[in-house]
Amino acid sequence: MLLPLAACGGGDGGVPTINLYYPPEQNLQTVIDNCNEQAQGRYRIEYRVLPRGADDQRVQMVRRLAAGDRGMDVLGLDVTWTQEFASANWILPWTGDARAEVERGTLAGPLESARYEDELFGAPKNTNVQLLWYRTDLVEQPPETWDDMIAQAQRLKEQGQPYQVLTMGAQYEGLVAFYNTLVASAGGQILNEDGTEAVFDEGAVRALEVLQRFATAGVTSASFTNALEDDVRLAFQSGNGAFQLNWPFVYPALQEGAPELADKVGWARYPGVDAGQPSRVTIGGVNLAVSRFSDHPDEAFEAALCIRDAENQKFSAINDGVPPTIESIYADPEMTEAYPMKDEILAELRDGATRPLTPAYQNVSTVLSVTLSPPSAIRPQETADELRRSVQDALESKGVLPG
Amino acid sequence: MKAPLSEGKKAERRLGWLLCAPAALVMVAVTAYPIFYSVWLSLQRFDLKFPDQREFIGLENYVTVLTNEFWWTAFGVTMLITVVTVAVELVLGMGLAIIMHRTIIGRGLVRTSALIPYGIVTVVAAFSWRYAWTPDTGYLANLFSDGAPLTERASALGIIMLAEIWKTTPFMALLLMAGLALVPDDLLKAASMDGASAWQRFTKVMLPVMKPAILVALLFRTLDAFRVFDNIYVLTAGANQTSSVSMLAYNNLMKGLNLGIGSTMSVLIFLTVAVIAFIFVKLFGTAAPGSSDEGRR
Repeated sequence: MLLPLAACGGGDGGVPTINLYYPPEQNLQTVIDNCNEQAQGRYRIEYRVLPRGADDQRVQMVRRLAAGDRGMDVLGLDVTWTQEFASANWILPWTGDARAEVERGTLAGPLESARYEDELFGAPKNTNVQLLWYRTDLVEQPPETWDDMIAQAQRLKEQGQPYQVLTMGAQYEGLVAFYNTLVASAGGQILNEDGTEAVFDEGAVRALEVLQRFATAGVTSASFTNALEDDVRLAFQSGNGAFQLNWPFVYPALQEGAPELADKVGWARYPGVDAGQPSRVTIGGVNLAVSRFSDHPDEAFEAALCIRDAENQKFSAINDGVPPTIESIYADPEMTEAYPMKDEILAELRDGATRPLTPAYQNVSTVLSVTLSPPSAIRPQETADELRRSVQDALESKGVLPG
Repeated sequence: MKAPLSEGKKAERRLGWLLCAPAALVMVAVTAYPIFYSVWLSLQRFDLKFPDQREFIGLENYVTVLTNEFWWTAFGVTMLITVVTVAVELVLGMGLAIIMHRTIIGRGLVRTSALIPYGIVTVVAAFSWRYAWTPDTGYLANLFSDGAPLTERASALGIIMLAEIWKTTPFMALLLMAGLALVPDDLLKAASMDGASAWQRFTKVMLPVMKPAILVALLFRTLDAFRVFDNIYVLTAGANQTSSVSMLAYNNLMKGLNLGIGSTMSVLIFLTVAVIAFIFVKLFGTAAPGSSDEGRR
């Protein structure tokens, strides 16, 4: 008779169950087991796996939070959702000691993505950033700017060598991240500091120029406008590309999928827009937030802290390939083998670019991806003017979201 | 001038109303209330992301939606899908109905197997279509071209319509078969005696007798087709301008969390459906089954 009651948890006297809603991550259960052991019966984390697609993850959480669902305690939020969830009053701010612990040693960029109106709403669990992967047998010196890379690719094309520059160009978040990187690298701004107004300044226009020039320079693959992360990885693995701009997950995949090619692949910092001006690359990752409707907020904060502590982040980095948010972990000797490119990643993370920080990010992103697609049709000045209008509407939740 | 009702008729009417009342109340609770609530929401600026900024703004949302190109693109797509699928379904459904009606051997088996597509949950069917049309996982994608047909607008729309037609033709056939059963055999025999060819018997005898059934079938399918959602959601998720108005409303409500704009779209869809129904009933004289004059006392 006792067993079913205990399994329910949360009941009077029982161990509170902390429901962690998190995207699929292969070895996260081990981290959770560690934390449950550390908790010594104060709480018990249950891993509720969210769908694989980012949109599906968000819709599930949003729908339940809008209805005040008390069955969710800790939420794994994509870095672009934190402001939205905070503005909608769905998650609790981190305060006091817990906040201090989150901020201690955490990289500035990921931390920035978790703030909303001077408060901290998320604890960065992992971060991410794209690198330039290139063929060392074809490329002597990795390009530092887009102009340089396009020129190198064109030269390779003339020589009849594999020349393609492979990256994500489909109408989706990946294209927005691509554009955001170009804008930040050109020193431009999409929104103002408060995230209340669409700016699209000179730098944003130059980013549009680069994007358009790249799409029409004859160095992309035929399926550029349909390519998502995995398509890009596969195209590079099949040997067509000289360059690939993609997340670090491609590295272990390459060693497994095309080991003979893997020896000929190097990595470098993502190319910039202006010579002598290092790129600023869009950061991704996940923030942990505590639901406002949780019955056990104190335990939930504690559980979230445990999941993201240095030891567990290192474990996840080595076993699941997700880059840590705590800077000191990168110096750990164990990281060198799992992350040979960790210096480049850390360098990019130190001055990484966040995507526009606004509660309306989903709307802004949708408008951006539709207007930027296909990139070859961009007319820099006009497109910027159009974006300034439609993004402003999206910020004020006036406009219609394209479907 | 209407003749005054007799006592008996009046009492019958009262009883009728009383018997209807519980059903009417349930209808009000489950359909009328949500409809009025969405109308109320459509008059507000109400975005779940900004709960503090909720305010009454009159018809502003309607202006926003009705001047938006995404809305009209989706509207055009929806109309195209509606017109094409219903037309094709009518022709195919009529053929299927005649086959089912005329089959003598294994009648039950034929009818059951013809209805299978309609019995499969749309989302499940849509997933199998999606895999079939995706290169590498499917058998259909590489049949026609090297590309991915679901990523280009024209071919994606074609596949969506194909999936819709495959799915709902049996429903159309079912309704038309009911109509076929109305055609008296004597009438057909008489026409045959008078020397009418098969085609003439079909167009001059069967179709006129079946007209009420055909119009009902068309009305049902048109209203259904106009709300197309599942197939698009699974097959393309609205990429490459393949969104229907329902998809757009869903995206603005569920993804955009914009209750004002999303409700406005829902109300507009509701109004369009009402107009379609009005046209069918008033202009074509479609009657609900059982409400024709012969059925009345």
